[in-house]
Amino acid sequence: MAEFWDGGYAYYATALLLVIGLYAILVKRNLVKKLIGLNIVQAAIILMWVASATRPDATVPVLDTHGEQGKQVVDATDYLNPLPHTLMLTAIVVGVATTGVAFALLISIYRRYGTLDEAELLEQMRGEPQ
Amino acid sequence: MTYDSAIPLLAVLVSLAAVPLVLVSSRWPRVRESWTIGAALVMFGLVISLLPRVLDGRIPETRIGELVPGFDLALRVDPLGMVFAIVASTLWVLTSFYSIGYVRAAHERHQTRFFAAFALCLSSTIGVAFSANLITFIVFYEILTIATYPLVVHKQTPEAIAAGRKYLAYTLTAGVALLAGAVWLSQTAGTLDFTPGGVFGDVEAGSGTVRGLFALLIGGVAVKAAVVPFHAWLPAAMVAPTPVSALLHAVAVVKSGVFGVLRVTGFVFGPTVMEDYGLALPLAIAAGTTIVFGSLAALAQDDLKRRLAYSTISHLSYIVLAAALLHPDAFVGGILHITTHATMKITLFFVAGAIYVHAHRDRVSELDGIGREMPWTMGAFTLASIGLAGLPPVNGFESKWFIGAGAAASGQYLALVVLLLSGVLNAAYLLPIIHRAFLRPSTQYEGLGEAPALVRVPLMVTAAISLVFGLFPNAIVRFYDLARMSADAVFGGAG
Amino acid sequence: MTPHLPLLIPLVLLVAALLAPLVGIVRYTWVYRLALVAVAVDAGVALWGLAEVVDGGTMTYRLAGWQPPIGIEFVLDPLSAFFSAVIATVALIVMVGARAMVVEELPRKEVPFFTTVLLMLAGFQGIVLTGDLFNLFVFLEIAALAGYALVAVGERASPLAAFRYLLVGATGASLYLLGLWFIYNLTGSLNMRDVAAILPGSWDNPALAIGLSLMIVGIGVKMALFPLHGWLPDAYTQAPSATTALMAPIGTKVGAYVLIRLLVFVFGGPLVTDELPVADVVMWLSAIGIIYGSILAIAQRELKRMLAYSSVAQVGYIGLGIGLANPVALIGAVLHVVNHAVMKGALFLVAGTMRARLGHSDIGRIDAAVTRKLPWTMAAFTVAALSMIGIPPTAGFFSKWYLTSGAVDRGLWIMVVVIMVSSLLNAVYFFRVLERGYLRHDDDESLDAVVRDEAPPAMLAPTIVLAVGILALGVFNAVLVNGVLDLIPPAGW
Repeated sequence: MAEFWDGGYAYYATALLLVIGLYAILVKRNLVKKLIGLNIVQAAIILMWVASATRPDATVPVLDTHGEQGKQVVDATDYLNPLPHTLMLTAIVVGVATTGVAFALLISIYRRYGTLDEAELLEQMRGEPQ
Repeated sequence: MTYDSAIPLLAVLVSLAAVPLVLVSSRWPRVRESWTIGAALVMFGLVISLLPRVLDGRIPETRIGELVPGFDLALRVDPLGMVFAIVASTLWVLTSFYSIGYVRAAHERHQTRFFAAFALCLSSTIGVAFSANLITFIVFYEILTIATYPLVVHKQTPEAIAAGRKYLAYTLTAGVALLAGAVWLSQTAGTLDFTPGGVFGDVEAGSGTVRGLFALLIGGVAVKAAVVPFHAWLPAAMVAPTPVSALLHAVAVVKSGVFGVLRVTGFVFGPTVMEDYGLALPLAIAAGTTIVFGSLAALAQDDLKRRLAYSTISHLSYIVLAAALLHPDAFVGGILHITTHATMKITLFFVAGAIYVHAHRDRVSELDGIGREMPWTMGAFTLASIGLAGLPPVNGFESKWFIGAGAAASGQYLALVVLLLSGVLNAAYLLPIIHRAFLRPSTQYEGLGEAPALVRVPLMVTAAISLVFGLFPNAIVRFYDLARMSADAVFGGAG
Repeated sequence: MTPHLPLLIPLVLLVAALLAPLVGIVRYTWVYRLALVAVAVDAGVALWGLAEVVDGGTMTYRLAGWQPPIGIEFVLDPLSAFFSAVIATVALIVMVGARAMVVEELPRKEVPFFTTVLLMLAGFQGIVLTGDLFNLFVFLEIAALAGYALVAVGERASPLAAFRYLLVGATGASLYLLGLWFIYNLTGSLNMRDVAAILPGSWDNPALAIGLSLMIVGIGVKMALFPLHGWLPDAYTQAPSATTALMAPIGTKVGAYVLIRLLVFVFGGPLVTDELPVADVVMWLSAIGIIYGSILAIAQRELKRMLAYSSVAQVGYIGLGIGLANPVALIGAVLHVVNHAVMKGALFLVAGTMRARLGHSDIGRIDAAVTRKLPWTMAAFTVAALSMIGIPPTAGFFSKWYLTSGAVDRGLWIMVVVIMVSSLLNAVYFFRVLERGYLRHDDDESLDAVVRDEAPPAMLAPTIVLAVGILALGVFNAVLVNGVLDLIPPAGW
């Protein structure tokens, strides 16, 4: 039980988020809801990465040079792993860009078809001449 | 023994070069036709120029380049290839003249496409004849398939298009079987070279492998050789104009198929392997069935070209049977039958075309009395028919003789019976035509006169050739010697 | 100059992409020329890189001098050099004809279109050249986003096709990222070479299997591996012809590259063949995809859609070559990458030409009049069709030779049958077009009245070049295999 609260819960929670997001993408009919689902999936994965960067009793990975004078040795285990954080910054940016493009597409779809319901859209699309 | 020469490659390239020349000359028929005739003559000359060396036992070779790592695109002119090439190039010259006459008289459209495709077909046929190994063979064999398609669908009628589809369905399937077989062989035997007596010399291979390889490779070539049950494309392809049927479906395409059978049985597997693994019997049964079936079906046809088509199916399997008998004499007979059947059948097809173009008839039942108006044409028909039935003095007699001799010498009497039966059936479906033409009273053709010269002369020439080679089997080009050299190489110390 | 090659290849395109809008403000007709020059330079650099690698071995470049695993590496080895050369060269040839198609279908949108194209190509080159697994994700998304935009500017239904592509693509990329998480936590590194070295110690760890599977699923979407191909038919059909002509030959190939890089180099032979049945799964899915794509292609009535399903099948060939897990099959797969790029490039250019000159690309409306109007275009189509069917001496025959060789080597006769049957299925749907184009017409008089109205030279030239390329690649395939492709499979594959 201790492991769960110590660090494990994060993974279960993000896994749950992942499933929720995938559910939304697959099952929801409204395109905006699908997009939200995608965002949830991306958020879940980002959180997994970030969660895995933690260490017991570690602090934010900013090098403390104003601390005790003369202390030259830096113990890496005092700090969180910064790499996943930096990577996820990039991933967040990617997610934002994707969402932006997606919304542009949704606007275009809405202008052309007047609906954002997938079932109706597919009907209209199938009926068109190629 | 082998020596390097560029001539085999040149022979292939000559008619290939004619293709673009023909295509650009579409507005000047005489120029276009001169390209066709010119290419035919040059190719003929190149092929014949190789003959003296080959008769001496020397083998010209051209290594063009590596095609896939380990296997080259290469040409080699051995006696068997020489025979096929002579037949194809000689008959192409004659067919060129005939076609020109035919398409003019029939006012065919798309003549440029016709002659261009013809040239490509001949180029690939010579490529097949001169292939040094299985992969080169496949390359030219498949090009031949594609090159003949425009000719089959030439008339662009629904029947022609359907016939084209059938043709492709059969031949492309055969092509992929050949590809699979060749790849498998390349891994099993390490080589794809055509080797007299077979490539399996020292190779260890399980019987499943050998049988599977045989099934794929023989299946691949048997389609073009119109062996039952792969024959159905041939009668359908008769919708093509007669010069196409004559040259391609009596000479080039189908002979490529039986040539392939001879190569596979004699130069890939070899008599020893064929005997050891029991490969010959199924092949012989298929061939025998085809011979009888073709002859019987021919009897039932009223359409003249279809009757000739089934006759071709039957005669092609003479060669397949010869290969399956595993006896040197039979092998000689098979090779000779390539030449004899070619000259005889092309005569018959030329006559059919002449009748169609001049008298506008294509059914046997309508031919009463035509011989009296077209005596030379029907005379040629008679001569060729005698030969197909296997009777002297026409050349068909000797090829059949050797196959029969091989059958008798190896105790395979059933094959002998099949050959004799087929001879009788041949007479049964050809002689009545002659009877009708000359002896049935009828005035429907009065005043018709003979067929135009450009159409009549080639068929008389081919009939004359059949007669000459019937009297002197080893004349001029020494087909018999070439055939014997090939059989000796294949059966070597064995047989 | 030479040591900077691995970086230059994507950089040239990236810089051009950033410059393009600025140039567009000054004079919009210059944007196309900028794009064309940039791609030409890129092709030159990529080919130079290939020559260097063939002669001198793998080149690596460390961005800003940081050592991996902290820094990001760009690696030019025979595989990446070959792919980057193919991408750039095919893109260049198609780009020559792209402007005509854009002018026809997307008037006044040249600037955004070509900017996005440059971005997409930069993304592709980045994917191919990077040696870092996360960097791969970034470039993957760069190329993907550009791709979504390029698809969306087409027909009426194209934004929807693009959106569905986006959903699937972004989900796939996210799954890749998730899979990468497992691998990172196992090995502590994101550098491909490092991971390859560290992994063998952890083969029995379930995290490895999960991570690998997720990454493969993510890449499978990009590659349109069955059954993750669903986005492709709509996207290729609805997108403007210029987009499809650029994406179809190259986009899925990049996915194939990643699959090869991961399975063959990062995770390594014994892991994916013996420990985990990954290679077998890829092989079977590819085989199904081959048959599925070919059959559905037969059912299509419109040319672009037919070619799209055909692409699903062709990607299956590549996947099959990878999944067969032997050097010959891998060479066949990589050879098919370039063969298919050239074939599909030519075919989609033909479709674009038809749209430009006829206003449609319906198969049912093709007849001999079309061929009278577009003789050279149809001739190029014929060559490409024969190659797809596998008639020697075109390139397609040789792809099938190597793939069959690989299958026979493993004794997998079912795969040989799949290859054979697919050739025949290809014949069915291609000959249907050829039959119509050469043999169908109402009557001779109206046919003679048809005036030749061939594609503009800018479109016809690339089509012809690609068609000639198909023949050249076929005839000279041994040169290519011996000189370049033989270097690709590592020892132990």
